Amino acid sequence: MVLNIGPQHPSTHGVLRLKVKTDGEIVSEITPIIGYLHRCFEKHCENLSYEQVIPYTDRCDYIASMNNNFGYVVAVEELMGIEVPERVEYIRVIMAELNRIASHLLALGTYGLDIGAFTPFLYMFRDRERILDLFEMTCGARLLYNYMWVGGLSHDLPVGFVEAAYDFLDYFEPQVKEYNDLLTYNKIFIERTADIGVLPAEVAINYGVTGPNLRGSGVAWDLRKAEPYSVYDRFEFDIPVGKGLVGSVGDCWDRYWVRVQEMLESVKIIRQALQKMPSEGDVHAALPKKVRPPKGSIYKRTESPRGDLGYYIISSGKPVPFRIKMRSPAFTALCVLDEIARGWMISDVLAILGSLDIVLGEIDR
Amino acid sequence: MFENLTSLEWLLWLILAGLLLFGLMAVNALAAVYAERKLSAFMQDRLGPMGQGAGFHAGKWGMLQTVADALKLILKEDIIPRAADRRLFIIAPYIIFIGAFIAIAALPFSEYIQVIDINLGIFYLLAVCSLGVVGLITAGWASDNKWSLYGALRSAAQIVSYEIPAALSIIVVVMLTSTLDLQGIIRSQEGVIWGILPNWIIFNNPFAFLAFFIYFISGVAETNRTPFDIPEAESELVAGFHTEYSGMRWAFFFLSEYANMFIVCGIATVAFLGGWQSPVPGFMDSGAWGLFWFFGKVLFLIFVMIWFRWTFPRLRVDQLMGVAWKVLLPLALLNIFGVGLWSLYIG
Amino acid sequence: MSQDIRTILKKAFPAAIVEQEAETEDYLEVRPGEWFEIATFLHDTPELKFDSLQCITGVDWGPEAHLEVRYNLHSMEHKHKLEIRIVLDRTAPEVPSVEKIWRVADWFEREVYDMYGIVFTGHRNLRRILLPDDWVGWPLRKDYETPETYHGIVVPKIKEEWE
Repeated sequence: MVLNIGPQHPSTHGVLRLKVKTDGEIVSEITPIIGYLHRCFEKHCENLSYEQVIPYTDRCDYIASMNNNFGYVVAVEELMGIEVPERVEYIRVIMAELNRIASHLLALGTYGLDIGAFTPFLYMFRDRERILDLFEMTCGARLLYNYMWVGGLSHDLPVGFVEAAYDFLDYFEPQVKEYNDLLTYNKIFIERTADIGVLPAEVAINYGVTGPNLRGSGVAWDLRKAEPYSVYDRFEFDIPVGKGLVGSVGDCWDRYWVRVQEMLESVKIIRQALQKMPSEGDVHAALPKKVRPPKGSIYKRTESPRGDLGYYIISSGKPVPFRIKMRSPAFTALCVLDEIARGWMISDVLAILGSLDIVLGEIDR
Repeated sequence: MFENLTSLEWLLWLILAGLLLFGLMAVNALAAVYAERKLSAFMQDRLGPMGQGAGFHAGKWGMLQTVADALKLILKEDIIPRAADRRLFIIAPYIIFIGAFIAIAALPFSEYIQVIDINLGIFYLLAVCSLGVVGLITAGWASDNKWSLYGALRSAAQIVSYEIPAALSIIVVVMLTSTLDLQGIIRSQEGVIWGILPNWIIFNNPFAFLAFFIYFISGVAETNRTPFDIPEAESELVAGFHTEYSGMRWAFFFLSEYANMFIVCGIATVAFLGGWQSPVPGFMDSGAWGLFWFFGKVLFLIFVMIWFRWTFPRLRVDQLMGVAWKVLLPLALLNIFGVGLWSLYIG
Repeated sequence: MSQDIRTILKKAFPAAIVEQEAETEDYLEVRPGEWFEIATFLHDTPELKFDSLQCITGVDWGPEAHLEVRYNLHSMEHKHKLEIRIVLDRTAPEVPSVEKIWRVADWFEREVYDMYGIVFTGHRNLRRILLPDDWVGWPLRKDYETPETYHGIVVPKIKEEWE
């Protein structure tokens, strides 16, 4: 029987359609059909100035807008050779890591929802709200920030932000234990996720799977460590990798667990960044009068919560980019779905899909 | 007592009882939905439905929320998909509803309040409880929707599987009380056992204690609630067998679901928790208090079910069947054996 | 890019590598003909071991100029990277597919095909991916003209000279 999961379905995390061939409950083939959310990002970019592209990057991965901003501005700055003030770099790292926590909270919460656990979802949303409050305090927006600009930031940190951020971190760290008690080590949850959808490391690399999904397969690959951009080389943090604690390495539970651990690593990074951040400095100091990179091209990747977020930018020396290509981590993650979800049951397919943590806005762009 | 009634009185009595039962079911659903919302909200660090200042918005603490919901459901447009099998589609909710309705009729609410007291009471209850599955399959098939079909097939397999451990653990009760009559079962649970505990079946011996949990788990599964809610698993099957239903027809499913919860908890109360008997023998044990104890116990069990729902994730369909056939069924069989030995040598 | 990779490749495929004026550039231009063999070589040779295909970018250099495909490769083991550029003829853009080597290329190539109409020969499932199957034209080409309607739906006009 051919079953259409989506485009409107509670657990497709957006407008995704999966054409699934089933034999009873067993799934024999999955064809993801994407493009329902295609908004011509790349075509738009060719008609906008470099600064105007930033709000569009927000809307690609709307769960982790800060990270999308970050990747884009880092790429453009490298193309132009701009040196950014140190304070700006630290603020960017803080924001990106906060957004990483927020994004993982959403990913884990909705994953619980996919498995049928409703309550952790609301717990995580409650905590995510506090991060959004911090963002609102900083730039006025809660979801689409347009905060990082080429060469600087839209606003400096508001008065009281550092204290509020510390407050949040102190509050948040013990919360992770609550999530673990409620969901991570729940027997039923383990039954549903351990040994399901095992993604071996070679397959993951071959399919270009990156980020927590790749680390769940046991590969310690993190661009923040491997190719440090911004000031990431100044922080101490670990790369959590899937160890197969309850099943085999690379199963759904490992991908989930890596995200939980990553939130704690992000907390570490934010603490260090808050400490080391220079307290004075103009965040607008390095803003170029006109963003007009020299002729040339660059492929720059950064570590977004979903994995390697790459921007391929070709400049023709005009204020309008000649070509911007966004390499989205969720795109490649969805690509591997058929490979790892074949032969499992319908419920497992949705569990695997949820564990890949896709955002359709980024896949369809 | 019915032999002396003339046929007209008999009819009136039936109608009256029916209306009362229907009222009970409706009130039960309203209250349970409200409780479910509030409890889930408290468990999730929310407030749940709340009244908004002055005026008539859902009442104080949102108490009128479910009433408003019911009103909305009644007023909603009745949609029947073009591809659906019209007749079956219409009839399905009623089958499920009737299944729940005739089961509730046999429940002893107190020593004196019981619509029909049949001497095969518990057997009857177990039998009509599985009537609902016919309705589920009808609904799933008639909707002509793949999700509904999946939901129906899953629920058929699930309910039929869990009937068996449920019935087997009831056999334990029947063995201990030597009667199938519900009032008889309750009466035999009078007094004190082990010095302080009430003489309820659950405390009678370790096997009966286990039997209660087997029955309750099976009961949760039979009512299609989390962690066994795979027939209507929201994140998988959208809404399972009632995907295509809306308005009043959907409300009937809803009503029956909550009525089924009530019945399952009612049976558990009668069979294991002493029915309308007070937990402290002799204390608040007179007629009207029976009603209080019965409802108290039932509502507590319903609370536990709600608690389950907002705590646990959902099992997968094969794991669910595994629980029934590999864990509960052998345990239930062992129980029967154990209880037999117990009554022979110890009890 | 290290000079070694260039040297190794030139030795293995003397005809396929396009000579560049400035060898300091960070990329390697190859001819489309032997691309599949080169890709296999890049993937399988132990010293190179480009096991990760990062990105495939299509570029259109204008209505009078050529199309181009760019591959960003990366090796997880050796931590080196390489950019391959392949210039294609505008009238019949064809390039061998590397979908069998790096499975991720499956979707990347479909996306490039979708946007530029570049045909990846040997691709097992070359269909449009983001756009509907019945879409006409290749939207990211510079000479693409937005259709006025799609299935009767009017496409809103874009302002001229948008900047």
